[in-house]
Amino acid sequence: MKRFSAFSLVRAALSGQSTWPRQWRSPEPKPSYDVVIVGGGGHGLATAFYLAERYGVRNVAVVEKGWIGGGNTGRNTTIIRSNYLFDESARLYDHALKLWEGLSNALNYNVMYSPRGVLMLAHNIHDVQSFKRHVHANRLNGIDNEWLSPQECKEYCPPLNVGGEMRYPILGAALQRRGGTARHDAVAWGYARAADARGVDIIENCEVTGIRRAASGHVEGIETTRGYIRANKVGVAAAGNTSVVMGMAGIRLPLESFPLQALVSEPVKPVFPCVVMSNTIHAYISQSDKGELVIGAGTDAYTSYSQRGALHIANHTLDAICELAPMFRRLRMLRNWGGVVDVTPDRSPIIAKTPVPGLYLNCGWGTGGFKATPGSGDVFAWTIARNEPHPINAPFTIERFREGVMIDEAAAAAVAH
Amino acid sequence: MLLIKCPFCGPRPELEFSYGGEAHIARPQDPMSLDDEAWTEYLYIRSNPRGVHAERWRHINGCGRFFNARRNTISDEILETYMIGGSPAPVSEEKDRSPKGGAV
Ligand SMILES: Cc1cc2nc3c(=O)[nH]c(=O)nc-3n(C[C@H](O)[C@H](O)[C@H](O)COP(=O)(O)OP(=O)(O)OC[C@H]3O[C@@H](n4cnc5c(N)ncnc54)[C@H](O)[C@@H]3O)c2cc1C
Ligand SMILES: [Zn+2]
Repeated sequence: MKRFSAFSLVRAALSGQSTWPRQWRSPEPKPSYDVVIVGGGGHGLATAFYLAERYGVRNVAVVEKGWIGGGNTGRNTTIIRSNYLFDESARLYDHALKLWEGLSNALNYNVMYSPRGVLMLAHNIHDVQSFKRHVHANRLNGIDNEWLSPQECKEYCPPLNVGGEMRYPILGAALQRRGGTARHDAVAWGYARAADARGVDIIENCEVTGIRRAASGHVEGIETTRGYIRANKVGVAAAGNTSVVMGMAGIRLPLESFPLQALVSEPVKPVFPCVVMSNTIHAYISQSDKGELVIGAGTDAYTSYSQRGALHIANHTLDAICELAPMFRRLRMLRNWGGVVDVTPDRSPIIAKTPVPGLYLNCGWGTGGFKATPGSGDVFAWTIARNEPHPINAPFTIERFREGVMIDEAAAAAVAH
Repeated sequence: MLLIKCPFCGPRPELEFSYGGEAHIARPQDPMSLDDEAWTEYLYIRSNPRGVHAERWRHINGCGRFFNARRNTISDEILETYMIGGSPAPVSEEKDRSPKGGAV
């Protein structure tokens, strides 16, 4: 890996930046690996990176059916925050947030993590009470989150319609200043490049079609469209397609896959300084460094693998955005697209061992797993390397649904992203 | 937006309907006899297929009645709708196959 630095950039400029090597190799699959990760999204790539970097497992492949980052990682609205209600979630998401803070240096790749603040708007008494409860719970967990009055909201984010005529007025907001955004593609590429440099094979255009098990039940390897690959340990991080992949090992899961969509406006000058989210009227908005407003809509009502959401869902969000920031009424929308998100009954992820020895699972991130990418990769790598969960992911089992120990962020009214 | 054929009223836009989740999950007849495994299966485990899915819909802004549908979750094409308590028509290979060039 040729490192990026001010010096190397200036030097490469002398030859028109044409001397850079490929950022990661494109190897043929080897017959066998110590660990194979299924799914080349942010979570899978980060897992491979931390396996090699922190846990000494370097004979690793990431197998991706399309191109890396082509799933939800490259389709999401990139909101990062850690102000979740329950202790278990707070620990998990804040572990990730701390890694985000040093990630560009750790990867030698600019992931454009921008802690510009995430403002979660309250529109009714229930919101106010619930967000204040979040603020207090977060503080007990050492996580920054503060309550802003409507006037303070207006000062922090001037385009907001505060005090105007609104069906759902802004009654205040919870602000996490360390929250913000990062560049989604850069996260996939940065982890891929750094993992590759540590010996990880990144195998694109290779779909996993089967999971082979020995007579003992232990995982033996995977069937793929590019042949059979032996591995004693297989980690699945296939997001929306998890039920399909785990079905290959005969495991049924508490998961359903839904389309979730986002859209961007034409690019404009910097007008929107932070991330604003509203669960009650369902709108998420920030401005990318290119100038586009990045807007997140809701999930469709029904399960689907189509990777496209219905127009009325996007319309609904635009209605809300125009109420929140009336100046955006004149903007045109440029593009919209969808991903497929895997949702658990309690809206918390699963990062765990499975009933099949040697098979590990990372899924259920639903509408909000981008923010967790580095932390999820780290604890999943630990779980695979040591065959036991890291204390942070120990509560996020599959068995919690049988035992009734949910981590019920759904009921906690913590917003989706 | 889907165009859904209510078996009672005919084809109507999706906005008139609400989704009722996976079909043919029967409420346990004798709840007291269920062990944790069976409860988990009933409450939380879903088949979530990439392909044909049997599901419930309710024509909430219409006749108000529940019915079942079979839908291909790759193309979102609704293959048929049928009555609650009924069973779907025999599976036809041709229609149930995922369309070429479906989502990645
Ligand atoms: C529109 C939208 C907005 C979102 N907004 C936010 C947000 O603001 N903040 C936030 O935190 N989260 C957000 N999310 C959620 C977030 O994108 C996901 O939780 C996260 O990116 C999941 O990462 P992943 O690596 O697990 O999944 P993915 O990036 O989807 O990676 C899974 C990979 O597995 C591959 N795969 C599947 N099946 C196979 C197979 N059989 N063989 C080989 N490979 C396979 C897929 O091709 C895919 O590349 C959003 C999601 C969407 C769709
Ligand atoms: Zn009807």
